[in-house]
Amino acid sequence: MAKLILSMDGLVLKEIPLSKERTTIGRKPHNDIQIDNLAVSGEHAVIVTILNDCFLEDLGSTNGTLVNGNPVKKHFLQNNDVVELGKYRLKFVGEAPVPAATAEKADFEKTMVLRPAAMKAAAEQARAMGAVGAEAARATAAQQVAASAASAGTVEKEARPAPAPISATATTPTPIPAHTPAPAPAAPAAPAAAKSPHPLGAIQILSGANAGKELELAKPLTTLGKPGVQVAVLTRRPQGYFITHVEGANPPVVNGQAIGTAPHALKDHDVVELAGVKMEFFLKG
Amino acid sequence: MDLSQYLEFASCTDPGMVRSHNEDAVAADPANGLAVLADGMGGYNAGEVASGMATTVITTEIQQLLAKVKPYDLDPESNKIIAGQLVREQVMKANASIYHAAQSQPQYAGMGTTLVVCLFYDNKALVAHLGDSRLYRMRDATLKQITRDHSLLQEQIDSGLITAEQAKHAQHKNLVTKALGIDPTVEPEIREYETRPGDIYLLCSDGLCDMVADEDISMTLEALGANLKLAAQQLVQMANDNGGKDNVSVILVRVLREYPAARGVVGKFLGWLK
Repeated sequence: MAKLILSMDGLVLKEIPLSKERTTIGRKPHNDIQIDNLAVSGEHAVIVTILNDCFLEDLGSTNGTLVNGNPVKKHFLQNNDVVELGKYRLKFVGEAPVPAATAEKADFEKTMVLRPAAMKAAAEQARAMGAVGAEAARATAAQQVAASAASAGTVEKEARPAPAPISATATTPTPIPAHTPAPAPAAPAAPAAAKSPHPLGAIQILSGANAGKELELAKPLTTLGKPGVQVAVLTRRPQGYFITHVEGANPPVVNGQAIGTAPHALKDHDVVELAGVKMEFFLKG
Repeated sequence: MDLSQYLEFASCTDPGMVRSHNEDAVAADPANGLAVLADGMGGYNAGEVASGMATTVITTEIQQLLAKVKPYDLDPESNKIIAGQLVREQVMKANASIYHAAQSQPQYAGMGTTLVVCLFYDNKALVAHLGDSRLYRMRDATLKQITRDHSLLQEQIDSGLITAEQAKHAQHKNLVTKALGIDPTVEPEIREYETRPGDIYLLCSDGLCDMVADEDISMTLEALGANLKLAAQQLVQMANDNGGKDNVSVILVRVLREYPAARGVVGKFLGWLK
């Protein structure tokens, strides 16, 4: 968000974020920025903010408004512009032009409706812009869609929480490592990249036919147990790992205590009992 | 026919990690097989008002109507099943209410809401939507997006200006081209789909699909499908863990078994004639 830094004689008085669509400046108390000085008119100027652009407008003040030393009526504020009202100076600091950050911010702007009229204008503009390379773009678009569809197919296969490990922990002697899912290939969506790194956890089976087998918990969630009998899910979150009861008459037991239905945070070397199998949770380096 | 034995519902809504209040609204009526989700927009509290009005008006109106008629009844004039018309009219009624509130009260000026409505009847799901709230279906371990957003981004994808991949990084995800309560009348997009036992339907606001990759949604529904309530909470939690930049709402509906319409002899005969 853009802001103004109010100062007099080189002394910074305050910082004012331009959070409103209209920010008024003047001597009278109803202004958003009140400057109680006789050289400042009652309603001196206004700053209109539209998306990331700020416009300064003098409201017919007695002593005028200067921007970078020049009197202005209307002015499109640029980063580091200095607005002067009498002896007061307002330095304009625009939004930091970090493309990635602004892009992300824009992503999550509040939902807005495009009215049909505006829509047509936008569509025409887009058409005008795209007309030149439209054909080429369409061709590559088709290719890329096909490619992404193909990769989506593989992603899904790999990311599928293979039910195999579930039965493996319970009965069959299938070696677990064969089914240990590779960490899902870097998900294309930005949100995935936003996940904060934390130590990778793993489960080592302590009892039963698969004793000694290890299962890495690389996915956001991994189910364990025997469907229809007792199933729990291990979720990987920024705060660490949690175990939650999914189905079955009894919740899983952690360190000898039944966990109930709420998620239970797992600590390094906790021992989990599920569907008659004991396993140890631990964090990998 | 009470559908709550045939369909299992679970819903969860959360303001997210950034926004101070929740402008999403969800409503579910398992007995009538109805789920409504709305994502409001507009200054101050107007977004909440719009989405709240949408879910309340549509649910109560449809409930009242379903006490008198069945969705699979035939319209005497057109001889068509009334479900589509019934939902369409209630959506338009909600549109009019929101529009008039926005016109008459200055603090609500410009409010509106996206909408997705799902009415289950006779082994079918009737879907009406406006804007970028979505319906997904999980069938045979495959997640499919059923609704197509009414958004500038979707139109650009359709016209070949950008690819689906580029769209993920686009800046104007927030621009919808249709919404409830913005204009005096609105035409919701209405479609009907066959349902199968085992299907899981997911209604969600853009706070979920913007924050959580489809693969992760799919994984959650597959892993936690046995516990629908937990799956709904898990989806919201994943959106929040990824930043939770918007309100997040989900409604999950699982088809437990078939729910064919119990038509009378006459109705069956007419159905057979068509």
